[in-house]
Amino acid sequence: MSAPLPVFDAGSARVLELAAALAIGVGFGWALERAGLASAPKLVGQFYGTDLTVFKVMFTAILVALLGSFWLARLDVLDLARVSVPDTFLLPQLAGGLLFGIGFVVAGLCPGTSCVAAATGRGDGLVAVAGMFCGVLLTGLLFAPLARFYESTGHAAWTLPEALHLPYGVVVGLVVAAGLAGLCAAEWIEGRA
Amino acid sequence: MTRPRAYADPYLAGLFLGLVLLTAFLVAGRGLGISGAFAGSAAGTVSMLSPSRAQGSALFSRYLGGDGLDRAWLLAEVAGVIIGGFLSAFFAGRLRAAVERGPHIGSRRRLVLAFAGGAVMGLGAALARGCTSGLALTGGALLSVGSWVFMGAAFAGAYLMAPVLRRAWR
Repeated sequence: MSAPLPVFDAGSARVLELAAALAIGVGFGWALERAGLASAPKLVGQFYGTDLTVFKVMFTAILVALLGSFWLARLDVLDLARVSVPDTFLLPQLAGGLLFGIGFVVAGLCPGTSCVAAATGRGDGLVAVAGMFCGVLLTGLLFAPLARFYESTGHAAWTLPEALHLPYGVVVGLVVAAGLAGLCAAEWIEGRA
Repeated sequence: MTRPRAYADPYLAGLFLGLVLLTAFLVAGRGLGISGAFAGSAAGTVSMLSPSRAQGSALFSRYLGGDGLDRAWLLAEVAGVIIGGFLSAFFAGRLRAAVERGPHIGSRRRLVLAFAGGAVMGLGAALARGCTSGLALTGGALLSVGSWVFMGAAFAGAYLMAPVLRRAWR
């Protein structure tokens, strides 16, 4: 049998599907809290070169999931074609990313980590959650002037191997090499601080 | 109160997070996502008050059947994140009512910044169709071009803004 599990395609067992979502969330929240990423002052150390936990956790996770999904696909355990790849909209994601990064360092937390901060009793986390809800609510209500930009430069599920005209495995190798170099650089930067 | 436990090694936490992400690929054929739950809840709230207003928004309509985005799945996942974060902090002795802030900033100013930053992230994530979890982590591991563009832009934005906010954090 090949994953993702077919029961979820059939639309049956909805309860099971939502239970899986809940369990995956528990693991996600646990990982963020364990790493200390519910603490805004620790988290922003990333952007002052003193504590690169954000980068280390993020890139370790990306490399594990990247290598895991690549090899499980090779072993015919996972059908990568049925895992939904986030759509690419180049300019909205460039502009949205810049804004997001600015908001990130102002709030000191990102959406996931502010939920965890709030769950552990931190008032700054709770207020960041409220800010995010209001931000997205206002954006949605006043969306008309943004709608055209939002739909621009769309490429659907576009991957680096397709963009670079390289085999999937080669790009996996390149990203792993770059990621490992990045992690070494992170250790070096922390060592200097 | 007992002293809180030290944080986990970041590589160990990253390894665990990567396995959680991989499990999501295997079990559900999708990755993680937080900002989508916020957009979905906002869409649902507006839809209750004024269905036509919600459907008229190209952002909200995606969460109201238009684009097949699964609101219930996202909400269940965020509920899990809250439970998981709470349990982890509970067992580590880190549950504590506090406002975490830099040494040179008052609580009220810190909360104003948290709200403002949250709102700007809400706008950014809406435009980009995702945040650190759904775009950066998930799409990063699936080699999505847009995800890597978003990640680069987010780190650039944060590093550019950090010197401006030095007084708030250091």
